[in-house]
Amino acid sequence: MPKTLISLEHISKSFGSQLVLDDLSLSIYENSFVTLLGPSGCGKTTTLRIIGGFETPDNGRVIFDGEDITRLAPNKRQLNTVFQKYALFTNMNIAENIAFGLKIKNKPESYIKDKISYALKLVNLEGYETRMPDSLSGGQQQRIAIARAIVNEPKVLLLDEPLGALDLKLRQDMQYELKRLKEELGITFIYVTHDQEEALTMSDHIVVMNQGYIQQEGTPEQIYNEPENAFVADFIGDSNIIRSTMIRDELVEILGTRFACVDKGFGENKPVDVVIRPEDVELLPPGEGSMDGVVTGLTFKGVHYEMDVEAGGFEWLVHSTRLSEVGKKVSIKVDPFNLQIMNVPESEDEEAISETV
Amino acid sequence: MKLFKSGRNAYLMASPYLAWAVIFILVPLAMVVYYGFTDGNGSFTLNNVVRISDPGYFKALWRSIYLAVISTLICFLIAYPLGMILSSMKLSNNAFLVTLFILPMWMNFLLRTLTWMTLLEGKGVINTLLDIVHLPAINIINTPGAIILGMVYNFLPFMILPIYNSLSRIDENIINAARDLGADSVQTFMRITLPLSVPGIISGITMVFIPALTTFAISTMLGGSKILLIGNIIEQQFTLVYDWHLGSGLSIVLMIFILINMIVQAVYDKEGGALG
Amino acid sequence: MKKILERIYLGIILLFMYAPIVTLIVLSFNLSKSRARWGGFTLNWYIRLFSDRAVASALMNTLSIAVLATIFSTIIGTITCIAMIGLSPRLRSVITGVTNIPMINADIVTGISLMLLFRFLHIGSGFMTILLAHITFDIPFVMLSVMPRIKNMNFYVYEAALDLGATPFYAFRKTILPDLMPGVISGALMAFTMSLDDFIITYFTKGSGFETLSTLIYNEVKRGIQPEIYALSAIIFVVVLTLLLINSGASDNIIKEKK
Repeated sequence: MPKTLISLEHISKSFGSQLVLDDLSLSIYENSFVTLLGPSGCGKTTTLRIIGGFETPDNGRVIFDGEDITRLAPNKRQLNTVFQKYALFTNMNIAENIAFGLKIKNKPESYIKDKISYALKLVNLEGYETRMPDSLSGGQQQRIAIARAIVNEPKVLLLDEPLGALDLKLRQDMQYELKRLKEELGITFIYVTHDQEEALTMSDHIVVMNQGYIQQEGTPEQIYNEPENAFVADFIGDSNIIRSTMIRDELVEILGTRFACVDKGFGENKPVDVVIRPEDVELLPPGEGSMDGVVTGLTFKGVHYEMDVEAGGFEWLVHSTRLSEVGKKVSIKVDPFNLQIMNVPESEDEEAISETV
Repeated sequence: MKLFKSGRNAYLMASPYLAWAVIFILVPLAMVVYYGFTDGNGSFTLNNVVRISDPGYFKALWRSIYLAVISTLICFLIAYPLGMILSSMKLSNNAFLVTLFILPMWMNFLLRTLTWMTLLEGKGVINTLLDIVHLPAINIINTPGAIILGMVYNFLPFMILPIYNSLSRIDENIINAARDLGADSVQTFMRITLPLSVPGIISGITMVFIPALTTFAISTMLGGSKILLIGNIIEQQFTLVYDWHLGSGLSIVLMIFILINMIVQAVYDKEGGALG
Repeated sequence: MKKILERIYLGIILLFMYAPIVTLIVLSFNLSKSRARWGGFTLNWYIRLFSDRAVASALMNTLSIAVLATIFSTIIGTITCIAMIGLSPRLRSVITGVTNIPMINADIVTGISLMLLFRFLHIGSGFMTILLAHITFDIPFVMLSVMPRIKNMNFYVYEAALDLGATPFYAFRKTILPDLMPGVISGALMAFTMSLDDFIITYFTKGSGFETLSTLIYNEVKRGIQPEIYALSAIIFVVVLTLLLINSGASDNIIKEKK
């Protein structure tokens, strides 16, 4: 069992009349790469800022390594932040930026010098010591922001949408860089993003948030393959979410057709939501699958085709490497273990959550 | 850009202003220089400029510098904390509040000086109020103190505006980053906030120092025409003595200060001047 | 605690800035000629002010100069800003540099330099000389508020209009001009305020026997303040305040409309 490094206990935070975090509790293990994932306004950045010390929660406690740090000033915390849009000190050159935290701590000159060259090497920017931040590209500034944080040897690195301002190719490169850094440094990363692909690529553990609540936590595989509610299913990748009826254990009726599934314990004749990933829908010749339909739309996506299939009064999203022309009659088949059954939201609160989707 | 089919159209459009600027900006300045370096017969002389070393003139210049420096310093000391408070506020009516502080900038400065004449007079409003609460009267009208007060009152908004602008442009996350890296609030201020606001400070100093150095109306109104500043001396050369050569020569001395100011400003202001 | 101290600080500065102005306005309604004692309410000074011939002519001079200087400087400034797009960067920076001179230079130097020019050219002093001087120092303010609009303009809209068959003039009128308008309006209001407000440059270029409100006030003050001057000041304060509010309101409204 890995050691818990940070725990958030019943955190609430409002700005004015707006409740941003509602009774949020979360444990972060040592040496993990944790991603807070959610749409803008879900409370993920506020959570990060509370851990960093830039906001004080209205209620609840932040425990770091067994100590209550809820009200500790940011400069007293053993963690460092990589900010959105880098926040480099524009009045200092690169070396001075990186040395900032070490100089504050009165480290000896030679130590600081070593640290600067080590950090620049780590982020592949050797020889940039005397350049000014303005003269660097976005990707380079981002690396400097990371270097500036890690020379202080924090136990935890907080990253607030650090790749948001970069273009796609650079973002993908930086994702690998960050994973490599994490491996080399052996410290905990807490990463905030609204990009689900980024989260799935890099994290050990994903926390999906919406409207101040944690919707689901788990490994990337768990989050993708077994979403616990419609919000998570919809937010993580494309999916078909269909209101259905659980006839009994291992049998569900979707759009009037019965499908075998592997889920149990939902009761009999209970309404449920079924999530089916588009790549899990197979298209067979008419009559050979569970439900017949017709292809109504087709888009070439590079690695696969995306097709819209009208069947049972529902427009199914289907990903396949095999082409089916528009107008072609097909039959839909889904393997039982690819049907993800979820409880229908009961309380009004949960209803509100799914409405925002 | 296809707005202009050829460069010629643009030049044609710019030419009226170019001509205007040459006639009404450059030629007049050249004339000041010409008059400053010639005598009544039109022959070259350094006399007019050198006469700044006459005891009376030099004293006026020194007094002007001295009063302008003090006024600028006081403006800075008042405006900087004000700029910090204003830029840290996240109120929705923040814009209105900022406008309130720089609004007097647009009001006729003679009237603003006039108000202080009224307030500071021997039997003026302030002394009457002091008398009511049995406090001794203050007699600073017609003293350098009154001139400093008038300068601070008139030019304070010119210091507030650039300082506020430069402070409010600092990304909040840069301050957070300094705290995150272990700096306490004093260290954050000294190493980040203050250095990043230097362009605003410089431009505020310029905007206060030059008008304070060259004023003649404030000293006339609040100094009782007994305390002469270099501005008064130059004014007299043009309106009383009619010695344009000497007046121009002394103005050239003032222009040296302005030039130094422009250079300092250009070095610090990376945006390249007000129009850049 | 810190919040309270901050509020107190703001309050003291605001008091320092506005209490004198308020005092002056109050005194303009004071029946007693003594400036320190309240003798009852009166509109006397306002009535005396409006029947004063010298004030009336100074007011007319001030307003007509301000209006004309605003019109000329706005036209010249705006045209020059548009022309800047097509100029070489070199010439652009020359124009920028020259335009900065009147703003950075001391008013007293600008004033005497123009005075020397007008004397040299034998342009009769008074209305004409003040007008030329005001246009000169107003143009930089117009350019200052139009230039940012030029810089942020999306010229593709203009090209799109041409592409859709508009003539260059029509395309300019329909795409570029509306974008510039907020800058032009606020530049014009700024020029108008600066012109109303100016004392030093007017003082040196006016010659004798011709007065604007500013120079009139200066002369009166040197002779000793009459309560009419308070009434005049109060009116000027209110007018300038209104202009400024209109200016900020106008630019706000235009921004809102654009959204």
